Amino acid sequence: MAYSDKVLDHYNNPRNVGSMDKSSDSVGTGMVGAPECGDVMKLQIRVNDASGIIEDAKFKTFGCGSAIASSSLATEWLKGKTVDEALQIKNTDIVNELSLPPVKIHCSVLAEDAIKAAINDYRSKQTVKADVGQMEHAVA
Amino acid sequence: MKTPIYLDNHATTQLDPRVLEAMLPYFTEHFGNSASRNHEFGWAAEQGVEKARKQVADLIGATPKEIIFTSGATESNNLAIKGVAEMYAEKGNHIITAATEHKAVLDTCKKLEKSGYRVTYLPVKGDGLIDLDMLREAITDKTILVTVMYANNEIGVIQPVAEIGAICRERGVLFHTDGVQAVGKVPVDVNKDKIDIMSITAHKLYGPKGVGALYVRRKNPRVQLTAQMDGGGHERGMRSGTMNVPGIVGLGEACAICQREMAEESKKLQGMRDRLRTRLEAGLDELYLNGSWEHRLPHSLNISFAYVEGESLLMGINDVAVSSGSACTSATLEPSYVLKALGLGDDIAHSSIRFGIGRFNTNEEIDYVADKLINVVTKLRELSPLYEMAKEGIDLSKVSWVNH
Repeated sequence: MAYSDKVLDHYNNPRNVGSMDKSSDSVGTGMVGAPECGDVMKLQIRVNDASGIIEDAKFKTFGCGSAIASSSLATEWLKGKTVDEALQIKNTDIVNELSLPPVKIHCSVLAEDAIKAAINDYRSKQTVKADVGQMEHAVA
Repeated sequence: MKTPIYLDNHATTQLDPRVLEAMLPYFTEHFGNSASRNHEFGWAAEQGVEKARKQVADLIGATPKEIIFTSGATESNNLAIKGVAEMYAEKGNHIITAATEHKAVLDTCKKLEKSGYRVTYLPVKGDGLIDLDMLREAITDKTILVTVMYANNEIGVIQPVAEIGAICRERGVLFHTDGVQAVGKVPVDVNKDKIDIMSITAHKLYGPKGVGALYVRRKNPRVQLTAQMDGGGHERGMRSGTMNVPGIVGLGEACAICQREMAEESKKLQGMRDRLRTRLEAGLDELYLNGSWEHRLPHSLNISFAYVEGESLLMGINDVAVSSGSACTSATLEPSYVLKALGLGDDIAHSSIRFGIGRFNTNEEIDYVADKLINVVTKLRELSPLYEMAKEGIDLSKVSWVNH
């Protein structure tokens, strides 16, 4: 299969590879896919609690070159966006940017799912924190 | 050393220049139709064909009259299985095969199932070999054919062919074997192995594409096949069609070279294969060898690089021609059915690479490939969330994955 230059670039020089502390309240972790399907993506964001801006993003991906490129690109796009802006990223944006062929569209869908999963994780931590805060307030 | 490096010799092999040399006159000078009995041109072509018939027969311990030329192994397998099924339909309607056979056998069997035949697909053990007791139990008084490949095209394991042959002989059932990967690579003897029918193709043994053969036993028992193509009644009526004379001459010469050089060549190939394995194991952890190591073709290696997906691995070694057990490149996303039949999890099956070392490879190439693989696998594991989890001691089989 012929890969686009952008897919090759991300495969050869993946951006933002790594892991962040998933127990931190300001880190959201999304893990999607399954080994038996041949793709697992882990995508993490660190959000500035005050501004709501994603200050850092990291990924690790088990999958084909297009899956690696999709998640690498996603981390690039996430940095500097607010959480709400990040939710606007669509898999079709990734398909267009990387010129993915039809058989690789699922890679972009997985990346979009990973973004959503990471944001959901971050938001649920914030809700818990707010609840705990309220409870502490009530007790006080 | 030139790149790309070819290590996909189970798929096809490079034509040996000596084979080409033997073929060339039959395209031009000796262009006759081997069925033309009344002039020089026909005789010359016929001579070429008959010499090749003997060369093929000699390699497998058969007699020349037992060799039928075909267009390749797919045709040979079809002719063998459908030919027996039709010819022996009155005797029975049951065929036994194995789960890890080539599609040319499996799909032929499936086709027969649609027209009322019954097929048993024997599972294989974790090492890729069939269980002989299961074979014995599967044979009924309706069984007319057992078809089990000599050596597997994906994992290179060699089935216990002589034992299968003995069981079939004892129970009066015909035994066909797809010998494509084994003939010319390891000693194959149709009498010692009690083979009744065997498929062969030229392009897996350094001959040309588009030509193959079927060994059909003439004595004890005499095997008869119903022809699958109607026409001039060539090849003892079993395979009509003008003979592919240059191709057949090439097949014959390729067989003759294999016979002369097999002992030495298999030692050389095995040395390179073991060198590749040793180097990879020295540089990487968590490698899994697929299929029996003991019962294996000398030039075959199939390894799973755990926690790394096959297609991304191939992308990183794009100047090395190998095959992945992951069919992710096709639209199906299904890993190899052969690896799954061994009981491998889909994730490990997705991580496998098949190496097929051939006559024209060198140690220098092997070292280059090993070093390159070590680099790429190391890099991809740094990228792999699965490797990270495994190193943290998480049992990946117990994780509830979010399927999509």
